[in-house]
Amino acid sequence: MEQTWRQAKAAFAAVSAPPIVWLLLFFLVPLAVVWAYSFGVNSGPVTIDFTGTFANYTRALEPLYVGIFWKSLIVATLTTLLCLIVGFPVALAIAFSSPKAKAWLLLLIMLPFWTNLLIRTFALIAVLRENGYVNAILEWMWTHASGLMTLVGLQPLGDFEPLTLLYNNTAVVIGLVYVHLPFMVLPLYSALDRMDRSLMEASLDLGAGHLRTIWSVVVPLAAPGVASGVLITFIPALGAYLTPDLLGGTDSQMIANVIERQFKRANDWPFGAALSFLLMYLTFIAVAVQALVQRRSERRG
Amino acid sequence: MADEAPTAAATSPAPNRVKEKPGPLEYMRRWPLQLIVGLTLLFLYLPLITLMVFSFNTSRRNIVWQGFTTDWYVRAFNNESLLQAFINSLTIAFLCTIASVVLGALAAVMLWRFRFPGKTVVEGSLALPIVVPEICMGVAMLVFFARVMPWPTGLPWPLNLGAITIAHISFAFPFVATVVRARLASFNRELEEAAKDLGASEWRTFWDILVPHMQPGLIAGALLAFTLSLDDFVITFFTAGPDTITFPVKVYSMLRFSVTPEVNAASTILIVVTVILTAVGLNMQNQTPADKKA
Repeated sequence: MEQTWRQAKAAFAAVSAPPIVWLLLFFLVPLAVVWAYSFGVNSGPVTIDFTGTFANYTRALEPLYVGIFWKSLIVATLTTLLCLIVGFPVALAIAFSSPKAKAWLLLLIMLPFWTNLLIRTFALIAVLRENGYVNAILEWMWTHASGLMTLVGLQPLGDFEPLTLLYNNTAVVIGLVYVHLPFMVLPLYSALDRMDRSLMEASLDLGAGHLRTIWSVVVPLAAPGVASGVLITFIPALGAYLTPDLLGGTDSQMIANVIERQFKRANDWPFGAALSFLLMYLTFIAVAVQALVQRRSERRG
Repeated sequence: MADEAPTAAATSPAPNRVKEKPGPLEYMRRWPLQLIVGLTLLFLYLPLITLMVFSFNTSRRNIVWQGFTTDWYVRAFNNESLLQAFINSLTIAFLCTIASVVLGALAAVMLWRFRFPGKTVVEGSLALPIVVPEICMGVAMLVFFARVMPWPTGLPWPLNLGAITIAHISFAFPFVATVVRARLASFNRELEEAAKDLGASEWRTFWDILVPHMQPGLIAGALLAFTLSLDDFVITFFTAGPDTITFPVKVYSMLRFSVTPEVNAASTILIVVTVILTAVGLNMQNQTPADKKA
């Protein structure tokens, strides 16, 4: 069992002092300063007065900023949903493959996750551009379909118009899915791998089809994994900075981009501080909801 | 994760039964799932492979293959600021890894071994850097190093990276603590008591009994800290000064100006470095004897 700190005071001090001091000094103090700034006013180019005002928060309630928060929430939700839809079958397939294939597939899913985020986003640009692969493949399919139609005596399709896949909201969602898919697959996989398979076999033996078994047996059993996968996809997607910055257009700014602008170009630190704390509160709400869902599913199970 | 797999297999009789009739549960053998897995892997890898292939292309444009060249690599290596940024990144990642492993291991031992007032608060605060959005942590570091504790400018080389390194340690060591603590859960506390009964000191017990058991967790944590540090853009973006640029920040500014194949070459090098490091780390993890005993 755990021992009380009194039993070994010297050991406790030696073990706990470094991490606690570090966390306090280099994490909690900086956050506290930002929090204090969020109630302050810019009184000069580099001076901020702590007036205890709520003006920064009321400004954040203006339609423009509420709109951006709303948009970030929608983009993050959409990203999470798409990751879940793609990630679930992938995790299922990995969990039920042979041990050797399993190790390889897991490595293949993990490897992009270890690769630099910026480089992955940059790589995606080359594929999605107007003269990138996706459009090249679509054009090939288009011209061949068109040729086929003339063969059977129909009107040809006309000229191929490349799709604009970059610098818009679709690109941001594609980019976020691309970046966060491994986050979703791994917790789903570990939940599915731990599941009692005899329940699935029972369901199949009793005549339920595969889809029905997955929907009414596997999904409820994997609910905790789904919940944690959703959370660790949703949180970074909500606060994403790089993907909307590089792949988005002028109207795809997410909340992180607005915060960055307040701290760099606009030089309005108090307002930026208020926005970042609002983003943090949203994150905490997401964590709390997840904890609630988890507890409820545990109680039921 | 690797530790859980064998225990799960041992408790449920299912894997044996699956082997007997290789039918219903082998989803990987069904074409719809094979198709989905294949397409997903294509989606994940096509952009990266494209990038790597076209770093050898003679054409400046990325779409048409014109011929093989290593010219862009030569250019990337001759680009002094890019090289400096790369060295900075590796140095920061190295320093961050050492500090994070020490701090993370201590934090894990503290939470695993002791009961103390305010434990939930400490536990929650340690989880914060993992949960808080990167952008919020970035601005917190910006404010801290701009107004509270300005990092002296003009220091000689590794010291001028101090602010970035500190920021990286702050977000990396809680991850290490989580990994190591998961590993400690499988530790048999009687071993520690036995060592103490036999006269080993607190320090001796820690170093000879606990640390060897933590080793796989420490390696996994080190690997995680290194990649987290090497990967980080947002937090570094806010703490980096004009003469302390890391590789991702440098690539970002290169991208902002123009997409040259030089960036492809530099990125390919980083991808290869990451893959090698991951392979080495995974190998080290698989080879630790302590892992097999557990």
